Amino acid sequence: MRVVVDLSRCQGYAQCAFLAPDAFRMHGEEALMYDPSPDDAQREQVLRAAAACPVQAILVDRLEGRDAAAEAMRS
Amino acid sequence: MTSRTEALQTFKREGRIVIVGASLAGLRAAESLRDEGFTGSLTVIGDEKGEPYDRPPLSKQVLTGWVPAEATTLPRRREVDAQWLLGVPASGLDVAAGLVRLADGREVPYDRVLIATGVRARPWPHEAEAALDGVFVVRTREDAAGLRQRLADGPDRVLIIGAGFTGSEIASICRERDIPVTVAELGPGPLVGALGAMIGEIASEMQRAHGVDLRTGVKVTSLEGDEQGRLRRAHLSDGSTVDADVAVVALGGIRNTEWLQGSGLAVGPWGIAADSGCRAMDLNGLITDDVFVAGDVARCPHPVYEYRFISLEHWVNAVEQAEIAAHNMVHLQADRWPHLTIPSFWSIQFGVNIKSVGVPTFADEVVITQGSVAERRFVATYGYQGRVTAAVTFNNAKWLDHYRKLIETAAPFPPPCPTPDQPVDAKPVPVDFPGPMLLAQGATVVVTGHDPDERRVTAARP
Repeated sequence: MRVVVDLSRCQGYAQCAFLAPDAFRMHGEEALMYDPSPDDAQREQVLRAAAACPVQAILVDRLEGRDAAAEAMRS
Repeated sequence: MTSRTEALQTFKREGRIVIVGASLAGLRAAESLRDEGFTGSLTVIGDEKGEPYDRPPLSKQVLTGWVPAEATTLPRRREVDAQWLLGVPASGLDVAAGLVRLADGREVPYDRVLIATGVRARPWPHEAEAALDGVFVVRTREDAAGLRQRLADGPDRVLIIGAGFTGSEIASICRERDIPVTVAELGPGPLVGALGAMIGEIASEMQRAHGVDLRTGVKVTSLEGDEQGRLRRAHLSDGSTVDADVAVVALGGIRNTEWLQGSGLAVGPWGIAADSGCRAMDLNGLITDDVFVAGDVARCPHPVYEYRFISLEHWVNAVEQAEIAAHNMVHLQADRWPHLTIPSFWSIQFGVNIKSVGVPTFADEVVITQGSVAERRFVATYGYQGRVTAAVTFNNAKWLDHYRKLIETAAPFPPPCPTPDQPVDAKPVPVDFPGPMLLAQGATVVVTGHDPDERRVTAARP
């Protein structure tokens, strides 16, 4: 799956790093490093992380997979 | 319906829009055009093969070895139903005829065009030296894949030429991977060109504390190869040499505007002049109605910065200008939006999250307004003639919005410390940028003609 984080919006709350630790990691105190192409097995966790982001900085591809399609329909 | 509204509806239904540039700005503009209800034909032209990808991870997650360079393809917000002409650069723009010329001879007609051709890496100026095995720039996915492999092979020493954001980030990764690294910077310290001398000094200490061999005030004069054409060492302007098998040329970018020479647009080294609604300006300073620009190549006046034309190589600027340009391409004058966001960017290096809001080069003084420099957790605020114009945070990103509001409201400089952690030495000092302020550098022109209907300008090239 494809992910991009708007790091100008990110404030380092680290919710994503708790919810999807394989895809999102903190680098130092508040800098976020992320996997822009996490394995599909992590989809659930990544979607949860994107939903939990307090500043809504995580964008997940809307064209891949059923979850993403369903999410796109809702928005 | 008025005839103007009718014409717009027809254009939205069956017009032709061409986007030149298939990176972040080009993709987001394409998506936004469809969001805005444009159902006509959409063509996206890009010089690189493959789908649009994200560049910031290339100098971070990719070089640490965590993710491969091919993994940075950008997620899609929606279907765009566009014709993608990838792997072929645009070579010319005929504004009168409404045509984009491609390097392979094809011509693509448009009713409206968006220019989002971005920036390329400034190459090492000596061609034979640049071709040595081990010499890299980092701009494209291929660049990053090559350097990633070389770092994984465990080089003896990496030389970074230029200590701007990209150079500093790569130096940080080398240290993280325990690779010996020398950084050569012509200025007095890292990041000085963007953030001034005070932050430059802090960045110098940070690099040295992490074991970077930082050489400032020096120029790399030549790169020397061995008989197999592999980089062996670099010669510096202070007479010293650095033995290195990898060199990263991080001397900034060159805006991709050469293809617009002769187009009649106001093209200069800092990009294409446009209004704050991303409509391009021609050489005469007249706003065009069918040519738009977005991203790194756009040079737009910002009211908060005295209407000066500012071009920014920032991720979020590309995203927002793409959306503004897309909106304005399918709306009448009265419904158009100005791009008034206060600029912002980020950099991750040596375990510190560096973020900025505003235009730090638009300043005469700077002061630490909260936190502690020693702990690498602070905010530096920039002021110009007594008002706040920018702020830079080191591991203090949560405060950026506060400073953004200060900038937007022209708050007096220096501002009071908003928290109890008032820094001990909160005295404004001159911002001290090394060179002249280059914000306004654009096209050089010659004015000819006498009567108002014949006075025009032409581009003058040195």
